[in-house]
Amino acid sequence: MTTKTNTDTLKNGNANGSNGIPKYSSKDFSSDQDVRWCPGCGDYTILKQVQNVMPDIGVLKKDIVFISGIGCAARFPYYMDTFGMHSIHGRAPAIATGLKVSRPELSVWIITGDGDSLSIGANHFVQLLRRNVDVNLLLFNNQIYGLTKGQYSPTAPEGTVSKSTPFGSIDHPFNPLQLSMGADGTFIARAMDRDPKHLQKMLLRASEHKGTSMLEILQNCIVFNDGAFELFTDKKSRPRETIYVEHGEPLIFGSENEKGLRLDGLTPEVVELGSEYSKDDLWVHDEKDKTKADLLTRFFEHPHNSEHLKFPRPFGVLYDVDRPTYDEGVTIQNAEALKRNKPDLNALLQGPETWEVS
Amino acid sequence: MTTKDQVREEVTIRFAGDSGDGMQLTGSLFTNTTALLGNDLRTLPEFPAEIRAPAGTVPGVSSFQLHFGSTEIMTPGDVCDVLVVMNSAALKANLSLLKKGGIIIANIDGFDKKNLNLAKYPEGENPLEDGSLDSYRVYEVDVSSMTKEALSETDLSYKEVDRCKNMFVLGLLFWMYNRPVEPTIKFLQKKFGKEPRIADANVNVLKTGYHFGETAEIFSSRYTVEEADLKPGTYRNITGNESTVLGLVAATQKSGLPLFFGSYPITPASDILHGLSRHKNFGVTTFQAEDEIAAVSSAIGAAFGGHIGVTSSSGPGIALKGEAMGLAVMLELPLVVLNIQRAGPSTGMPTKTEQADLLQAMYGRNGESPMVIVAPKSPADCFNMAFEACRIALEHMIPVMYLSDGYLANGSEPWKFPQEKDLKDIKVRFEPPRENSDEPFLPYLRDENHVRSWAIPGTEGIEHRVGGLEKEDGTGNVSYDPDNHEKMVKLREAKRNKVADFIPLQKIDQGNTTGEVLVLGWGSTYGSIRTAVGQLRRDGMDISHAHLNYISPFPRNLEELLRGFERVIVPEINNGQLVRLIRDEFLIPAKPINKIKGRPFGVQELKDSILNILSEKQTVTES
Repeated sequence: MTTKTNTDTLKNGNANGSNGIPKYSSKDFSSDQDVRWCPGCGDYTILKQVQNVMPDIGVLKKDIVFISGIGCAARFPYYMDTFGMHSIHGRAPAIATGLKVSRPELSVWIITGDGDSLSIGANHFVQLLRRNVDVNLLLFNNQIYGLTKGQYSPTAPEGTVSKSTPFGSIDHPFNPLQLSMGADGTFIARAMDRDPKHLQKMLLRASEHKGTSMLEILQNCIVFNDGAFELFTDKKSRPRETIYVEHGEPLIFGSENEKGLRLDGLTPEVVELGSEYSKDDLWVHDEKDKTKADLLTRFFEHPHNSEHLKFPRPFGVLYDVDRPTYDEGVTIQNAEALKRNKPDLNALLQGPETWEVS
Repeated sequence: MTTKDQVREEVTIRFAGDSGDGMQLTGSLFTNTTALLGNDLRTLPEFPAEIRAPAGTVPGVSSFQLHFGSTEIMTPGDVCDVLVVMNSAALKANLSLLKKGGIIIANIDGFDKKNLNLAKYPEGENPLEDGSLDSYRVYEVDVSSMTKEALSETDLSYKEVDRCKNMFVLGLLFWMYNRPVEPTIKFLQKKFGKEPRIADANVNVLKTGYHFGETAEIFSSRYTVEEADLKPGTYRNITGNESTVLGLVAATQKSGLPLFFGSYPITPASDILHGLSRHKNFGVTTFQAEDEIAAVSSAIGAAFGGHIGVTSSSGPGIALKGEAMGLAVMLELPLVVLNIQRAGPSTGMPTKTEQADLLQAMYGRNGESPMVIVAPKSPADCFNMAFEACRIALEHMIPVMYLSDGYLANGSEPWKFPQEKDLKDIKVRFEPPRENSDEPFLPYLRDENHVRSWAIPGTEGIEHRVGGLEKEDGTGNVSYDPDNHEKMVKLREAKRNKVADFIPLQKIDQGNTTGEVLVLGWGSTYGSIRTAVGQLRRDGMDISHAHLNYISPFPRNLEELLRGFERVIVPEINNGQLVRLIRDEFLIPAKPINKIKGRPFGVQELKDSILNILSEKQTVTES
């Protein structure tokens, strides 16, 4: 029969609660497997930051599960000393949904890429967001297929020259954050591999959010798409082309904090701070405001297309609201069903109408 | 005119009408009363493929066939004794199924000019008037106007009145076959408890139909069908999809595990999703996924978490689940995949039955990907095999494919249902937690049956990773080692084959255990084969019948059993699939009988086919 402990685990979840969390270090989350991404791959630093924040999320190691699909990023679970599953292409959100719904006490993390989540698994990606299953999805976006050696991806800008598009790609790319807004996602954020501190902060925020946390991480593929995000990571251009958003703070950017975003009605504009506009005139970031978040997520010009972007690429938590989670809904409905009707297998087998044969 | 009372051993009635005429309900209610009287029975509903095909047309015809008797009844009947037709389209669609000399009860209102046109009878032709039905006994009954008359004192709308006319027919049939109306009255009062005027109207029309039979003096005969010699006990009536649901629920109770059911709606499997979604109090979670792939994937996720992961579909959906089933094979997690087969390929004929997904179940995944395959043989047996599918999956950490079909799914039979205490416990081996152990945890360590333990998240000290990449035996680490891959492929196969030690040996269903001819079937053909072989045996033939519930792996003794016969014949509702597996596995010159018409075997046609094969010269003989 089942061991007592496991049966208890299945029924009651983590008996210790958050009080009994040992003091982990990031090393505790590093598995015995050699990490095998290309030297210089952005995935290394993402792995490192995830291992760094794990001790701080307040969950026992035994209750953490990483699930991935297919792609370079999908190797990720092998390197985490937690429970993990390297599954099939695009289906990690569906597998994670089944796991989280059955075991709501687990902390479930999905590791996916732009091909995995926005091409072959795009359906599961949007369904996960609309259902608002309480899991964390880390979308490693490098705008290229790395594992299959260099085809353009669904986030690659138009005109991308790749192995499969020698004359330039014709597809219009997905804006993952806008897609997430469209699917009524409840937590939508962006980070980049080259800013580990900010990435850590975003990982923690994702972990804290109840519901699907969609964190896009811009990640450099050093072999097939090196420099795709240089405009955002290069020291010189970064202050001009990116904006870090903070809840309740005015939207300011630029190397001297000399620029700001202002709303003229519902039309955003970049303004110079100084004589005409002051801080007080600026758009104040509100993570709870869907209309404003929608505007922010639309800032998606592609660095390949122009030297200088009209609007800076926003980083940070763009949207974070509460909505009942799917797994919670299932738990409540199942509990109510049990309350209404005690399980009686004999009565069920008997059904509504019987007759005797003697 | 006097009415003769006649005793019949068995009778087949077919109720046919427009989709809106309530023929399924009429058939079910006649069935329930018949079951209560102790007859053995089988039913087969046939629905149109369209939800609302144009009223009065042939594609819009909905039928329900019931075969009942005082003897063993194993099929819904090849041809019917009585055909009830509510309109001309119903006659056109079903006349070929009525035996010569059979009874037609025709609602004459459905044979007016408009209806004849809709049924595409040539202008000016009416089968009730042109003598084309002379070889049948035709009773023309003005169902519509008698229903209207019976309800003339009520305030019911025209539509509401019209909806009652199936009760008139039911009442009349109850009279013809000496059945009481009380169980139906009870049903109607319960069903329309909140609308007593509707309940009263239906009851009124039901009684009017019954009394019409009694007083009209147009029916020359009335029939009695005595109780069947069923095993003593308490019975209920059940369809295959219903008993599948109960088998799954029973598995949760006998394993002590919750069940997660991920599914996407598809004909004819959806009723399993509907049924299970009502039993959440038994620890059942149902998840209507966004597609077939998400359905199976979510079940795999739940299985990883320690729940019974189940998914269901029909052929096209099973094709979509293929990659994920391969993942479950690789992960060595328990998974139950229910395939309620229908006629294929592609979309095929969704409402028609077929057994053509056996080879898909066997080989329809990339790589060497062995799964267990089980198949129920009757509507009630769906309970046993759904339970068995869960037992094998959980005890052997392996995906199991369950092959039912549209015929079993919607057909019904009396079921001497078990009690909870009669059911086996399902034993699960979870990996226990470890504290401060220096020994690394090996997720792919196996027991003597090649089964790994179930290592679920939430268990202290056994954090580990699994995945679709080939893994090293023991550690489960990713491995491209050539020898390891071959070893793992063989191991996964050996694990599947080892299941044979934990399933019953194959029995002969009827006939001698060795002899001239063995008819070997699987799945839903059981009733037809059993009846056909029984009749041939009564004619003096040396013929036996064995029926497979377990196809992958085969029962241990199957080869020996097959070799005990000079000839092996394999009837299937497909183009020859089990027959290939049998020939391949045992090098036995088994002969196929195939029917691929979306309908089950008729007993007579099966007998003819068997005799036909036996009259052929045997060209290959076993030495």
